[in-house]
Amino acid sequence: MSAQIEVDKLVKEYRVHERGAGVWASVRSLFHRRYRTMRAVDELSFTIAAGERVGFLGPNGAGKTTTLKVLSGLLHPTSGTVRVDGFDPRRREFDFLRRITLVMGQKQQLLWDLPPVDTFAMNRAIYDLPKREFDETVAELVALLELGELVKRPTRQLSLGERMKCELVAALLHRPRVLFLDEPTIGLDVSMQATLRRFVRDYNERFGATVLLTSHYMDDVAALCPRVVVIDHGRLTYDGALGELVRKVRPQKRVLVRLADGKQETHDVPAAELQSTIARLLQRGVADLTVEDPPLEDVMRDLFAGDGGRSGDKGNAA
Amino acid sequence: MSAARPSAARRLLRAYPTLLRIGFAEAVAYRAEFLVWMLATTMPLVMLAIMTAMAREAPVGRYDARGFVAYYLVTLIVRQMTGAWVAWEMNREIKEGTLALRLLRPIHPLASYSADALAAMPMRALIALPIAIVVLAVTASKDLTHDPVNVVIFIVSLFGAWLLNFSVSALIGTLGLYLESSLQIWEVWFGCFMLLSGYLFPLSLFPAWLEKAARALPFAYLQAFPVETLTGVRDRHHAIQGLCMQLGWAGVGWLALLFLWYRGLKRFAAYGG
Repeated sequence: MSAQIEVDKLVKEYRVHERGAGVWASVRSLFHRRYRTMRAVDELSFTIAAGERVGFLGPNGAGKTTTLKVLSGLLHPTSGTVRVDGFDPRRREFDFLRRITLVMGQKQQLLWDLPPVDTFAMNRAIYDLPKREFDETVAELVALLELGELVKRPTRQLSLGERMKCELVAALLHRPRVLFLDEPTIGLDVSMQATLRRFVRDYNERFGATVLLTSHYMDDVAALCPRVVVIDHGRLTYDGALGELVRKVRPQKRVLVRLADGKQETHDVPAAELQSTIARLLQRGVADLTVEDPPLEDVMRDLFAGDGGRSGDKGNAA
Repeated sequence: MSAARPSAARRLLRAYPTLLRIGFAEAVAYRAEFLVWMLATTMPLVMLAIMTAMAREAPVGRYDARGFVAYYLVTLIVRQMTGAWVAWEMNREIKEGTLALRLLRPIHPLASYSADALAAMPMRALIALPIAIVVLAVTASKDLTHDPVNVVIFIVSLFGAWLLNFSVSALIGTLGLYLESSLQIWEVWFGCFMLLSGYLFPLSLFPAWLEKAARALPFAYLQAFPVETLTGVRDRHHAIQGLCMQLGWAGVGWLALLFLWYRGLKRFAAYGG
């Protein structure tokens, strides 16, 4: 399968102004500014094929959002090359912008004082969408997200979850082939998160769209992304299957037991010792027993806390 | 790209009416704030009261009391119909990173800013039109030009003044890509505008050297030129000359704006989120 997203030795540096706290530091910065060059993305390389759903993981400040912004043409790379669906994002050509969308959980494109239908109408004009196609898409997306008449209420009167759903409709009206989703479920309750995940998955399967998702909610990643790309300090630390990452970082299985006397226990055991551990537990009189992978949150904590990811567990890393 | 794909200009022309409609809906949504803000731009009425009082005994320069009424009311109309304050919006969006949302859309952000600015015109006309009627009634059109060519030049000059105003405001907003905030530059520009554009005083009341300097700078083409054209101070020849100067300054403004915009975008950090 040919690559739809290609990132080759991408470097993005920021020049940041530094000054200490206090009045004296403020006065001094008037006459003498100190700048530091901060490397947000460091020689990052990966490719994503059309139709893939990839989780883009890393701790805060790892360079995930910066990479998404470079991929969507908002930021110019310091060096390296990036191609998305055959386009150089920096040029921000009409055909490129029609093929992508970037949904940011912390920023919204909806017009605050007008109903979402007005934002939809504006996007129809901007993306030059034929009326019939637009009407069909809106009806379909509104039905999928169960928005109903909510789209006719002023945006400011909608809840965060309702706004996020409308945001997705606005972002997908032009049926983009590439979805960059930056924390799309941030701040949403559990059921709203599940709805959005289901929706993104449906969209991906229906239109064959490529999805690159960043999220701090590991449930998002587990539900949506068979493949993950992990970065830390702007560098690639893992690229491969999510299950493989879990096995490498936390090779143990988690055994949850409720004993006959009502006591509950949790055991993290290496896969090789699973059978013997279960046998031993069963002898104690078990009312209920579950075996599962360790929570992804724990896996990520281990990965970023130690050298779990950096010591060569690079999966398909280039 | 397929051969059937319309050009960028055609797409823009097709999208623009919707952008104006949405912009107007937003202006209406903020109607109370908008009205208060418009009323805050009525400095010419204050100057009108002061200058007509001064001219009660004897004309000041070439203006008698009625002449001042015509001058300041036309000044108010020109300001309402040609003002652009996009620098504020741009500065905020650059600082907060929300400019990113405009950059993601396949339409030039300056085009969408311009639509936002133009969409407020019908609301401004609500103030400007009654004033225009008052000017006609008070002056019985005696202090206005009777040359139809000059009337046409006045109408074109309103568009020229808006183009120049918008380009300068957007240029100062764009400087936000280079500086932490460019709003202080806007304040400096606005101070010069108040003094040198004819907004506070007719330029002919200035000492000759200052008037000459003001007429060589862009400020005079934002206010004094359209006002003097409609109030008959300029003859047809001078009006055409003024229009050329105005459009020339607008061209310089747009070239500088586009140069700074494209260079500045490379520095855009899209902070936040």
